[in-house]
Amino acid sequence: MAHALARAPRIFKQVPANRFNGFTEYGIGVGLRIPHYRHILEKKPVVSWFEIISENYMVDGGRPLAILDQILEQYRVVQHGVSMYFGSAEPLNRDHLRRLKALVKRTKTPWLTDHLCWGSVDGTYSHDLLPMPYTFEAAKVTARKVREARSYLEVPIAVENVSSYAEFHESEMTEWEFLNEVVDRADCGILLDVNNIYVSSRNHSFDPYDYLNSVPPERVAQIHIAGHSKFQKYILDTHDHPVIDPVWKLYDHAIRRVGPTATLLEWDDRIPSFNEVHAEAHKAEKYIAASEMVAP
Amino acid sequence: MTLLALQRRMAAALVRPLVAGDHVDPEAPVDYIKPNDRLTSLERLEIYSRSYWYRLLDSLYEDFPGLRAVLGPRAFERLAKAYLTDRPSASWTLRNLGSRLEEWLRRNPAFAGDRLDLALDMIRLEWAHIEAFDEAEEKVLGPEDLLELGPGLRIALQPYIRLIELRYPVDDLRVKVNAASEEHGTASNAVIKRKAGGLVRRIHRMPAEHIFLAVHRLDFMVYYRRLDAEEFRLLAALGNGLPVGKAMEASLEDSPHPVEELRRRVETWFAAWAEMGWLCRRS
Repeated sequence: MAHALARAPRIFKQVPANRFNGFTEYGIGVGLRIPHYRHILEKKPVVSWFEIISENYMVDGGRPLAILDQILEQYRVVQHGVSMYFGSAEPLNRDHLRRLKALVKRTKTPWLTDHLCWGSVDGTYSHDLLPMPYTFEAAKVTARKVREARSYLEVPIAVENVSSYAEFHESEMTEWEFLNEVVDRADCGILLDVNNIYVSSRNHSFDPYDYLNSVPPERVAQIHIAGHSKFQKYILDTHDHPVIDPVWKLYDHAIRRVGPTATLLEWDDRIPSFNEVHAEAHKAEKYIAASEMVAP
Repeated sequence: MTLLALQRRMAAALVRPLVAGDHVDPEAPVDYIKPNDRLTSLERLEIYSRSYWYRLLDSLYEDFPGLRAVLGPRAFERLAKAYLTDRPSASWTLRNLGSRLEEWLRRNPAFAGDRLDLALDMIRLEWAHIEAFDEAEEKVLGPEDLLELGPGLRIALQPYIRLIELRYPVDDLRVKVNAASEEHGTASNAVIKRKAGGLVRRIHRMPAEHIFLAVHRLDFMVYYRRLDAEEFRLLAALGNGLPVGKAMEASLEDSPHPVEELRRRVETWFAAWAEMGWLCRRS
């Protein structure tokens, strides 16, 4: 019941755009995935924007960039990264940054996102989104790296909360306190993944509404929704199912707090037809419409 | 514990090879991970460790299907696990995961058994395939670039072209492996088993054959093109930056062909390279 008040519809004007998403109002987007290339290029479906995985296009040539250029002729694109590893203790990878900047110039992404996690140490890469210890030292390191990346890339950055399956004895705060500590220090945006909040809340036994209610609405640049897989003892963030009702409820709550924010459905495995993914993403519309209550 | 110390401990634990049943090594240090009411610290690490190994092994399976066919699935899995243990990823992109496989196998030949040369050739071909897929493409050499046509002209090969000299015709084998893989989705299990058996027999009987290959790209697809030895040497010399005249001298001086025949061949080669857009201006 603690979150009942927070769930009430807001009665003041929402502010959908902010400095963390380049003051854009992008609405609902779809992740650009290889199995859908042909459909998109041939059928040219009406899509507000596509989210790309930056690393898939950080190459020097060939089909990936050719497809991307065709998409860019007709659609707006937002970059989402998986390898910046803001939370790794080691410095940012300069080769990665250089290629990322070239891609930013190509796509003209109005904002750029990556994860609040670590994934490399001593130059060795896990290619995974590993969980952070929620310590002040980690928050400082992470925020410094976000600032460095933003300064070099010259584009607003938003960090995404990840799903996690482990917690550390070293942690000095909750995950949402850590998120706030990082974004305050870095003065950056948040890519709020409500599915990840749900997954982590089940894995670590916390109330997801406590998490949502602590997120500063003015920093939320974008929202992710996704499906997941349930196992006997934990939930895995697999992006291979439709969004479940409890996650839609969290999304509803989030969008009422934050306002009608750019929203993207992630579907990365066992990917169905483009139309199915598109339709699933557009289920978010009714929640956005409900959140657009403006004071008289 | 500092952030760096914790990350080193966890990284060292999660990259330990999985043990029987795909479980995390019970000796892996996990004292920094909290258990909860459903999972021990080790079980929580195991979620990440499995994910690490499955993701990286899948990536090698996808990048080196020909090597898997050469060695067989079990030997390939042993090799892949040993390689990843000795040479964990040093790049932010999984695309580069196999970049050190040839060098590693030369140091660890036992993992290829009696098919070392064949395996090394296949690795070279499959790594060239990866590079040819997404390396840069420069502006194709046009008439305006040939204003200074003469023996001093320096031209370059497109960055996506890889020239490889092989001891086995692994290009044919790789094409067959691809075809078999594409059929996998449509054929019955019996057909798949019969075809796989045929492929294995073909590999066992594969005779050595010295071939010269260009791995290149056309309309965003990767192709393998066999070359004459002289054509290969001329392309390599041009790729190494020699002016056209010197490249021809260096690559064709020992040619057994008469001059007229050689001239005809060179013209044919240049025409084919121009048609495929292989030549570009040296920057």
